[in-house]
Order: sequence, then structure tokens, then C-alpha cells
Amino acid sequence: MTVPIVWYLVLSAALFSIGVCGFLIKRNIITIFMSIELMLNAVNLAFVTFANHWHQVSGQIFVFFVMVVAAAEAAVGLAIIISLFRSRNTLNVDQIDLMKL
Amino acid sequence: MNEPMTPSMIAFSPALRILPEILMTLTGVLVMLVEAVLKPRTSRKPLGIVAILGTLAAIAASVYQLFLPAGTAFFGTVQSDAFSVFFHLVIGCIVLVTLLISLDYFEGHTSFVGEYYALILFGATGMMLMTCSVELLMVFISLEISSISTYILAGYRKRSATSPEASIKYFLLGSFATAFFLYGIALCFGATGSTNLYEIAKGVADGASPLLLTVAFGMMLIGLGFKVSLAPFHVWTPDVYEGAPAPVVGLMSTAPKAAAFAVLLRIAYGAFGTAIHIWMPLVWIMAVLSMTIGNLGALTQRNVKRMLAYSSIAHAGYLLVAFTALAPMGIAAASFYTAAYAAMNVGAFGIISYLSGYNEARTSLSDFAGIARRHPVAAAAFAVFLISLIGIPFTAGFFGKFYVFTAAINSGNAWLAVLGLLNSGVAAFYYLRLLAQMYMVPVEPPREADTAHARPAFILAMAILVLAVFALGIFPGRILDLARAGAATFSGPANAASQTVPVALLRR
Amino acid sequence: MNVAIFILFALLCLGGALNLLLQRHPINSALSLIVVMSSLSVLYLLLGAEFLALAQIIVYSGAIMVLFVFVIMLLNAGEEERTHGSRAAYFAGIPGVLALFAVLAGTFVTLRLSFGGTRLGAFLVTTGDLSRVLFRNLLLPFEVTSVLILVAILGAVVLARKEH
Repeated sequence: MTVPIVWYLVLSAALFSIGVCGFLIKRNIITIFMSIELMLNAVNLAFVTFANHWHQVSGQIFVFFVMVVAAAEAAVGLAIIISLFRSRNTLNVDQIDLMKL
Repeated sequence: MNEPMTPSMIAFSPALRILPEILMTLTGVLVMLVEAVLKPRTSRKPLGIVAILGTLAAIAASVYQLFLPAGTAFFGTVQSDAFSVFFHLVIGCIVLVTLLISLDYFEGHTSFVGEYYALILFGATGMMLMTCSVELLMVFISLEISSISTYILAGYRKRSATSPEASIKYFLLGSFATAFFLYGIALCFGATGSTNLYEIAKGVADGASPLLLTVAFGMMLIGLGFKVSLAPFHVWTPDVYEGAPAPVVGLMSTAPKAAAFAVLLRIAYGAFGTAIHIWMPLVWIMAVLSMTIGNLGALTQRNVKRMLAYSSIAHAGYLLVAFTALAPMGIAAASFYTAAYAAMNVGAFGIISYLSGYNEARTSLSDFAGIARRHPVAAAAFAVFLISLIGIPFTAGFFGKFYVFTAAINSGNAWLAVLGLLNSGVAAFYYLRLLAQMYMVPVEPPREADTAHARPAFILAMAILVLAVFALGIFPGRILDLARAGAATFSGPANAASQTVPVALLRR
Repeated sequence: MNVAIFILFALLCLGGALNLLLQRHPINSALSLIVVMSSLSVLYLLLGAEFLALAQIIVYSGAIMVLFVFVIMLLNAGEEERTHGSRAAYFAGIPGVLALFAVLAGTFVTLRLSFGGTRLGAFLVTTGDLSRVLFRNLLLPFEVTSVLILVAILGAVVLARKEH
């Protein structure tokens, strides 16, 4: 019994949308960053699914690189968050508003 | 090398195709190693000079690449051609000037000056790689190198309250944009089964699902639109430009944008070249929105850095107008505009870094009142950059706009050109307001902090930029020829391989 | 069997993602994200990506999320407050997100026939297959990643270290 590929893709679209939603409505910077990680995971699922559909290894390689980039981004992002926390003592995005948007 | 070697082709190492990037990386590593042996609290100027020499070598290597026949290397992941060389030169010159401006800027203010140079060099490596990648995986990795280093550079004034804020805003929105760009790549892969731009072009021509391709291009456009601050994805721009150190803003408002526009050109005209109807409406809308929102936003700003941030949104819009033109003309116009915009914008932010000092306490419009009396030379240079940003003849900005709008009119987009010209009229108002503030407002009593004096490196940088603005405005021919040669490489890989135009151009 | 496994772990994924959204404390959100990532790795196995399934657990759930949890603990982050900004995001953001989902899911559903179906074993990538492509055709991107990591190290040093 086979699983329709479209199921995987719709799941990936749903995870991506939930990630975008989290990015917009969450107020804690770390949680906002986690929402971005969720979006990247959704992209990875799409890549693996399409790799399966086309029988192409390169789609899976892409996921491998996304993981590397996500790790590098996490290191830098969390360092920025720590440096911000040192100067502001808050993690709430609404209080990080010295400059008006 | 995976392509068949023809007898006329001289055998050469594929590493030559990425020679500028290799030189940049090695210089960056060298800077890091020397930084480790230098004593703390000593001047880091030698590192800056090493970085400058490395950048000069990379620029020379890019020029050398013109003499190689255009083609791909490393299993079709990178391609060096006149197009990539053009953008390499633009990025290399921006980095060179930024290094000159920063040579004295950070001295004594932070203990991470060596890291600053290394980050700029590595970032430039990423940006240069972006312009010569023809494989979306390569584009993605190099885009990340360029983005991550600019996120860090934006937060370099750690003691100020606004700089870490700029850094985190840039980081969060940049990573958000990357996710969209990646989803676009995934959909592109889903539609055509490949992430190589030539393979994608084949898939697009062979009738891959237009629906999936449209969504894919839309997502990639959202991602790159964030990076080049196109409306409606521009919200981060004013805050980040206000908070980041001025020399870094000069760099990040031009070099990563040039690289991202190069990627967009390669994707739009290269991979989606046979499906122009898919992306034309999207680009049209974003061009109009960016021009209008950018200029109207700039009108209301009292802070000069924020005003220039909105103006950079508008300029991204003008640049996008070129995308609506037909292939060779539009690409050449967009490339030329990138170079012109880089010269004037780096210059404007360089002058701001000089006039408002390290702490940037004086960036509001009223702080620039009577500057012409106190700093006549700096004010004159600033005036040149602002006049060029308006687009007055004999400056780079004029020919940039001229080529973009003629390309649009020749391709039947007269309405877009009219909208662009109207916008330029609005833009003239706020640039002139700043000029009037500098030259017309009576001099206030000199302030105690006005002891800033320009260093030789800074003066050299400004001289280069003023000359570039006039050179592009009076003799645009040679740069335009190179831009045209770059545009010609898009006619197809076969055509690109037999390319001799740029060599003739150099020997002229 | 395939369908049952898919439905079970897809639901776990969605549940974890929604929980990330609904939880107020960052630690709870981080733990739900680990649930999402781990269930995704089972889906990768179903799609024949055995190496990625393991890398997903080791790199994502193991390394990246531990870093997140560590920083949350280090900064002693508390529950997030509801503030004025979030109201605006609700009104403007939610319709936008729904539109995005509608476009993506609509596209996929429209093209569902061309995608067909898959089951475990239909396409299996061994670590050998993966490394042949990674270390041959895509060697340059792999090497360039080292520059990326160098930049990340530099960034962590510059940002997190105190000025002296």
C-alpha cells in the first residue's frame, strides 16, 4: 500500500505555514528563532519527498547542507541573542524597539 | 572538468574559475592567523593593509578570468564568464573601498578589529561565489556565508544600544527570508528534478508544471526580495541601517545586494528565460511598490541614515525595472545600475561615518545644518553622491537611470518608466532638502566634538568613489560594454563558450 | 502499514508544531520542536533517506536543539508576555499565513496525480550513494561549507565574548 506523495508535501506546507505563523505571533526571540528552524525542517521534508519522487540523490544532499547551515546559523543567532540580552536584559521583541519600525 | 575538451581550449586547472574566491579566503585565513600572534592593544592596521592587498589580488584575478573562455567547472557548480567578472569587479571594488574607510574607523573602539577584516573578506568570498554559481546549492551556501557575516558585522558596535538590535532584526528577518528562498528551491527541484540552473532551464522549456514553477519563482523572489530590501519585504531595512555602523551599512547596502541581484538575474533570465510570462507580473508589481514606498518613506524621515535606507529601497525598485526589459538589454542595464548605485551609496555612507563619528550621535537632518562651512571638502563629496543619487547628468546615477528606463521603454513598458521618472521627481525633493540643509542653513556655533579629521586612507577611498561617480557619468562606455558582454553570456552555454568580446574590449 | 506509520508520525509532527505555537514557555516550545524533528526522521526513513534520518536526530535534535535549550537555561528565559505588538501580528499575520498555506497546499493538491505514490523501499539511498554524489559532483559546495563554519566561529567569538 502506497502513501500519496502529495500527503508529504501538504504536511511540509502545513509545517512551513505554522513556522511562519510562529515567526509572526511569538514574542520571545528564542521561540521566534525556533519557528525559523521549524520552517527549515519543513523545507527539508519537501526536499526528501521530491528526491523520492524524482529518484534523485541531489535532493537529499541539499538537506544535508541545510542541516550544516542551520547549525552555523544557530551558533551565530544564539550568540547575537546572548549579546543582545547582555545589553538589554530582555528577550521580548516588543521591548527591543529603540528604533521605530 | 566535466565538459568535453575541445582542441581549441587550452587545458587549465578548474581552480582558476574560482581564483578570486580562493585568494579572498586565503587572505582571510592569513588575517586570522596574524591576528593571533599580534599583541593585544596594538594597532590592527597591518591586518587591514593585508586585507586590502588580498582584495586587490582578487580584483586582478577577476580581470584575468576575462581571458579564460567562459565555462563551468567543478561538475557544473560554478561558471566564470563576463557576467560573473563584472559582478566580481563591483563587489571587489566595494570591499576595497569599505576596507579603506574602516582602516581607522574601529581603531581603539573595539578589540575585534582583526576579526572585522576577516569577516569582510569571508563575506566577500560568499558574495563573489554567488555571482558565479550556476547550481542552486552553491548559491544557497554562498548566500549564507555572505548573510551570516553581514549579520555579525551589523552588530559590531557592541557597546551602543542600537547595534545589537540591528543585528538581531537583520538576523531574524534574513533567516526567515532564507527559509522562503529554500522552499522556492525545493519547489523548483520538485518541478524539474534538478537544482542546476541549466537543467532547470531545460525543464522549464520542456513544459514542467507552470503552476509549480510560478509558486517556486514566487518563493525565491520573496527570499531574495528580503535580501535586497524590495517592498513589501523591506521592513527591516531602516532599522538595520540606522543601528549598524556606517561603513558596514555602506558595504551591506551594496555588495550583498549586487550579489543577490546577480543571482536573481541568473535565475530569471537563465533558468526561467523561456517562461518570462511567469515572473514578469511579479517583478512589475514589486518594482512599482519598491519605488513608491521607498521614496514616500524617505520623505518623512528626519534621520539621514534612515532616509538613505528608504532611498536604497527605491533604488532596488529602479533596478528591478530593468528586469522587465528584454534579455540582453535588461541584464546590461541592471548590471550597470548595480555598479553606479554601489559607487554613490558606499560614498554617502562613508561620508556619514566621517561626519557623525563612531558613536553616530549626529545623524539627524538638523545635525547636517551648515556642514558645508565646517567640513567643506566632505560636504562637497557628499553633495556629489547625493546629486548622483538624484540622477543629475554627468554623474553615475544619471546613466544608471537612463539605461534602465530606456531598456524598459524599448521593451514596451513605457508606463513603468513613467512611474519611475515620477518617483525620481519625488526623490529629488528629499535629497535636495538634505543638500539645502548642508549649504543654505546658517552655521551654528561649532560644537566641541567637531575635531574629526580625515585620515589618508579615508580620503583615498572618497577620492576613488567621487572619481568613479564621475567616470561612470561621463564615460560610461567601457563599463557598459563589459555589462553587455556579461549579458551576452545569457544567450546560452554554447554561445558563452565561444566568447571573445571582453578580451577585445580590454585590448581596445 | 506505510499509511499507518505516515499518519501516526504526521500527526505527531503537526501536534508538536502546534504545541510549539501554543506554549508560552520557551522550554516547552523547544521540547515540542524536538518531537517534530524526531517524527520527521521517521518520515525520512519511509522516504528512503536512511542517512538523513539519523543525521536529523543526531544533528538537529541532538546538537542544535541542545544548544537552544542550553541558551534558554543560560538566559533563564521566562514565560513570554502578551504585549500590544502581538495583537497587530494576529490581525495582519494570520490571514497571510492562511493564504500562504492555501497557495502551497492548493498547488500540491492540484498536481497530486502527477506525483503518484510511494512506499518504503521504492527508492532507497544508501550512505554510499550519498557520499558518491557529495564527494564528487558536489565537492566544491562541500569545501565551501568550511568557509561558512569559519564565519560562524568568528561570529560566535566576536559576539559572545566580552570586550576587554
